[in-house]
Amino acid sequence: MVSIDVWNASVDFPIFDAKSRSMKKALLSKAGGKIGTDSKVPIIEALRDITLSLKEGDRVGLVGHNGAGKSTLLRLLSGIYEPTRGQAEIRGKVAPVFDLGVGMDQEISGYENILIRGLFLGMSRKQMQKRVDDIAEFTELGNYLSMPLRTYSTGMRVRLALGVVTSIDPEILLLDEGIGAVDAAFLDKARDRLFDLVQRSGLLVFASHSDDLLLELCSSAIWMDKGEIRQQGSLRDVLTSYKGKDPFESVSHETLQRLGHEPAAANSQDKA
Amino acid sequence: MQATAEIERNDAPAAAPSRSWTRAWADIRNGIAQRELWGHLGWQDIKQRYRRSVIGPLWITLSMAITAAGLGFLYSQLFHIPVETFLPYLTVGFIVWGFILGCLTEGADTFITNEGLIKHLPAPITVYALRTVWRLTLMLAHNLVVYVVVLAVFWSHLTQRYILSPPETPNPEWHHGLGWDALLAIPGIALIALNGLWVVILFGIISTRYRDIPQVISALTQLLFFMTPIVWTTDILRSRVGGGDGGWRELVAELNPLYHYIQIVRAPLLGNNMNWHNWVVVLGLTIVGWSLAFLAMRNYRARVSYWV
Repeated sequence: MVSIDVWNASVDFPIFDAKSRSMKKALLSKAGGKIGTDSKVPIIEALRDITLSLKEGDRVGLVGHNGAGKSTLLRLLSGIYEPTRGQAEIRGKVAPVFDLGVGMDQEISGYENILIRGLFLGMSRKQMQKRVDDIAEFTELGNYLSMPLRTYSTGMRVRLALGVVTSIDPEILLLDEGIGAVDAAFLDKARDRLFDLVQRSGLLVFASHSDDLLLELCSSAIWMDKGEIRQQGSLRDVLTSYKGKDPFESVSHETLQRLGHEPAAANSQDKA
Repeated sequence: MQATAEIERNDAPAAAPSRSWTRAWADIRNGIAQRELWGHLGWQDIKQRYRRSVIGPLWITLSMAITAAGLGFLYSQLFHIPVETFLPYLTVGFIVWGFILGCLTEGADTFITNEGLIKHLPAPITVYALRTVWRLTLMLAHNLVVYVVVLAVFWSHLTQRYILSPPETPNPEWHHGLGWDALLAIPGIALIALNGLWVVILFGIISTRYRDIPQVISALTQLLFFMTPIVWTTDILRSRVGGGDGGWRELVAELNPLYHYIQIVRAPLLGNNMNWHNWVVVLGLTIVGWSLAFLAMRNYRARVSYWV
């Protein structure tokens, strides 16, 4: 059973700054008297009191301004950050696609990066070797896969990362906004795969600023604001209050028609 | 169609708290289980370091050979010890020292250099510690080639009784020479690698929080190297300080934990006389070190991703 449960979780980042704790400052503040009240490490409250329960088949979009805590929430859901207060319980095989490029080795080839990412996501070397051809075909990177990763464009990296995570049957897929960097044709392909994945007892959480992408991939949404969940509900409701207008108004006619065939829009359209 | 279910939400938290022995132990166990991952990463590191060089990782072997030959000749002259026995002594000392130095300096940087991976892919942090230890073990294996060559060259000198002190020493200690007890080096190396892992975990976690620690360690390693009997022998120390079985020799060598680590590998590999207390000290340090590493894992494992 795939699920993510979070109870009153908070994520506080301590900000260790060598300057603020230097000997010089300490001495000066003593001489000057009362200035040095910052003896404690300053803390950024990135997430506050998050309570969530996600289950199999959920396709959740994350919206919110820059710095609202979307990426941090994704890292909390992936288990990278364990909450400083509260609890988080993640059941299922997690496959995250965060900042692309970081977390991949620039100097080694695309093939090697596919292998390493696969190993990190719990695959064995043999299992990955079986999938390499499939990934090569899906990403359309061809001979580029034997080139070092530093020669790749952002879009090509997204292709690689998506190729890996979608090929290994993860149960929980966490996507950060970066995937918007790929072209429309590839996005169509990727969307089909992501759908497959979610239907095969998966769970998707996707942070994005693009209404189109959200409408195509998600059914419900969470609006993050200043580290807290401001609203949680169906994608259309959340987007309407977040943007101040119904998202379906601004979507092009073609997209709407296409969405009409996708299960993603089914809920929203029922309600409309 | 909401993603939340009210019933679920009110359930009591079932997950184990972050700071628990269970979670610390699970991290280490799961880390070790991902053998293919750290094995690949460690080997990748070595290939990466010598990428585009013609002889590749053989540079590790070659640079050790050059250092050992150069210093072997120099110091054997300085101490008036026959180069045939002193050069092998220095070679093995250097090889083990290389591993220990790596555990201290690269170990302290382990989590800091893996920041990108730690922040982007969920994995037990033990994986990164094992990556470092495995890389250092592979380098040790490359360096052991030098030992094999040295052994072949000086075979006849090492298989008989020999001394490692200047000829003018009144009552020199005779080493029994190479024999079957050389096999004791295998548990010796295994024990050193096991200790390397706790050093990397413990120092890695502390250094991630306090960034001055790697600097402190690198400032001290030079001194540690010269304080440890690597380019000199305890036999020389005894002959110089003049006497019996006390004083200086006890203090300088015995109080230095690194001496015991080096001794459990070097003594068997060279047929030097060995004291069982070397093993006892190393075993004791293994237990103490692992207890501290477990404590650090329990309390700060989950903080590493916040600190890097």
